[in-house]
Amino acid sequence: MCGIAGIFSAKGGLQQTPTLQLLGVMADAIKHRGPDGEGFYTDEHVGFAHRRLSIIDLAGGAQPMQTPDGNLWITFNGEIFNFIELRAKLIAKGYAFISQSDTEVILHLYREYGLDFPNHLNGQFAIGLWDKKEKTLVLVRDRVGVCPLFYYSGSATFSFASEIKALKPSVPNKLEIDSQSLDAIFTGWTCITHSTIFKNIFQVEPGCLLVINQAGITEKKYWDLKFPAQPEQYDQRSESALVEELHEHLLAATKLRLRSDVPVGAYLSGGLDSSILVALMHTQTNARLRTFSLGFTDGALDETFFQQKVVTFLGTQHSSIQVDYAQIAQDLVRTIWHTESPILRTAPIPMGILSKLAHDQSCKVVLTGEGADEVLGGYDIFKEAKVRQFWAKNPDSTFRHLLLNRLYPYMELPKGDASAYLKNFFGIALDRPALLWHSHLPRWQATSKAKMFFSEALNTQLREQKKSYEIKIAALFPSEAVSWHSFHRAQYLEIKTLMSGYLLNSQGDRMLARNSVEGRFPYLDHNLIEFANRLPPKIKMKAMREKNILRKMAQRYLPPEIGQRHKQPYRAPNVSASQGSLLGDELSDYISEARLNHVGLFDAKKVNLLLKKARGERPLNTAESQALTGILTTQILHHQFC
Amino acid sequence: MNLDEARQKLRHFILENYLFTDDESALKDDDSFLEGGVLDSMGILELIEYLDEGFGIKVEGDELVPDNLDSINSLIKFMSKKIPA
Repeated sequence: MCGIAGIFSAKGGLQQTPTLQLLGVMADAIKHRGPDGEGFYTDEHVGFAHRRLSIIDLAGGAQPMQTPDGNLWITFNGEIFNFIELRAKLIAKGYAFISQSDTEVILHLYREYGLDFPNHLNGQFAIGLWDKKEKTLVLVRDRVGVCPLFYYSGSATFSFASEIKALKPSVPNKLEIDSQSLDAIFTGWTCITHSTIFKNIFQVEPGCLLVINQAGITEKKYWDLKFPAQPEQYDQRSESALVEELHEHLLAATKLRLRSDVPVGAYLSGGLDSSILVALMHTQTNARLRTFSLGFTDGALDETFFQQKVVTFLGTQHSSIQVDYAQIAQDLVRTIWHTESPILRTAPIPMGILSKLAHDQSCKVVLTGEGADEVLGGYDIFKEAKVRQFWAKNPDSTFRHLLLNRLYPYMELPKGDASAYLKNFFGIALDRPALLWHSHLPRWQATSKAKMFFSEALNTQLREQKKSYEIKIAALFPSEAVSWHSFHRAQYLEIKTLMSGYLLNSQGDRMLARNSVEGRFPYLDHNLIEFANRLPPKIKMKAMREKNILRKMAQRYLPPEIGQRHKQPYRAPNVSASQGSLLGDELSDYISEARLNHVGLFDAKKVNLLLKKARGERPLNTAESQALTGILTTQILHHQFC
Repeated sequence: MNLDEARQKLRHFILENYLFTDDESALKDDDSFLEGGVLDSMGILELIEYLDEGFGIKVEGDELVPDNLDSINSLIKFMSKKIPA
């Protein structure tokens, strides 16, 4: 990862010295993203900054970079994995290159293909491109949102940056929490579409580009997830043929992501997804692979046993770190500085500790298994949705909903008549199974309990705005989604919301970049995604067996105890379990009555009772723990940014 | 402890632990915990623990049904059967 920032004035008149000073402050704010160097460019209309993490073409890839005629400039964060092939094609078309970097490829691609150029890229990227002749700034973000890209559009200038902390110096007013976004996070864990937690700060949506010039700002979607409208459009080949093609895609995606001028390591959770990746990497290198894992002192969360099995089997050079409850509390404030968003669970914190481990061992690039569950159908929410669709066909059935009890064997239910509780939780919208977001309603309902702590002032604002979460979710879907299979709608929603907004950002990019480490995600290669989207749902999930074809593929690489292992969701110790830290001054001060009233977003009296309960003998339940974490981190964020 | 005192104690427990308020008007005695979203399955388990700790009432498996546990009134009715006169 690198860090980028820039400002633009359609009218021109940017003065070099103040522009450079501002760019310097912006770049300094994201020095962690690129500690290896910095560069700047300014002219009358535009100023670019770049912080570099050197990974490819260590000697020649400095940025901002220009074409030899000086008409195109670029500041770019990320990687173009297919740059070698693109370079060869462009050379064949007569383009001359002066470096070996992927950055220069983008400049020439833009010249050759104009605004269609992102379609040629296989990679993860956030790009600022200045077309001096056309006096046009182009911002582009990768297809699924691996690399962040935020912007602010003021009356005189437009600015952009990899992180909001870098954008902030260019914004004339104090940042304010956006009530709609807070409501969205307290429903589905993340902001949706182009919004952020702050008013007037936006993000370029994944798969989109922005064209900014005298005429204003135009958005263009160059890529989106597509699913077959009819079953006959599914890939109808045999399961073994599909397993073979999955193997080809994943191997190709992994090989591309091993392109680097520095060593590439891997995160190893001990689950199926990362274990397969490490096995595939193992086939591609003679050097001993570096792997990194998290362990937890809480045995219920710990997967060290399975990690060790893979390490022994593949003989990797392995490092792991144990995380305990105290570390979660100690690192919370610093983590929120990097997530730039409230979080409802503390899962990003251990991921930050893990990237520090990789960094401390001089590993700049890691491959991770992120995305496999979304793309190949691994999450419990997909099973849950399948059972709820089955149940909806016969809502009076006395047994269909009890399948949910088998699905979540760890869910604590009263031993007598569990039906009432299962129906109460999972039976939501049972009469509306065609609803595009039917799959996610139980989760949103459970998370929304945290909103009982919203202040009356915030509730009044939300009522007046009359923009419900479901209205915004509806706008997220393309019109053809009504013809998609319910399984595919659930996948679409999961990828567009939780994966892009939370997993790849709060828990992904931000936790990697804070320690100057770049993550790469083979399961999110767009060729693999497009292949997977054509698969029939029953191939992805056979009965209740998740990631069916990936498991089949795993048989050739992994021992059965890993390849056939049931998915264990990644969970981190929660804040409330770390009760000692809540009694400490620093964290509890953020949710003191005075500070809660000052910020005005939460009901201080209710929060006080929640805190009292957290300090009591019984552990908080999941909903309460999410509420406490959400309130605490919103207060921290407000203190840091507003 | 008589049933009126038990009712007050229960109300206080539900208000403070599930609704996080001391506003008595937030809960009527016949409000359904399930329909009102006051208690989910986890909340019920916590309530069962409280009945044991606070009143010495052990709830048997076959008694774990909404008819016994879904409102202040149904809880009091259930407790009156469990507490010897």
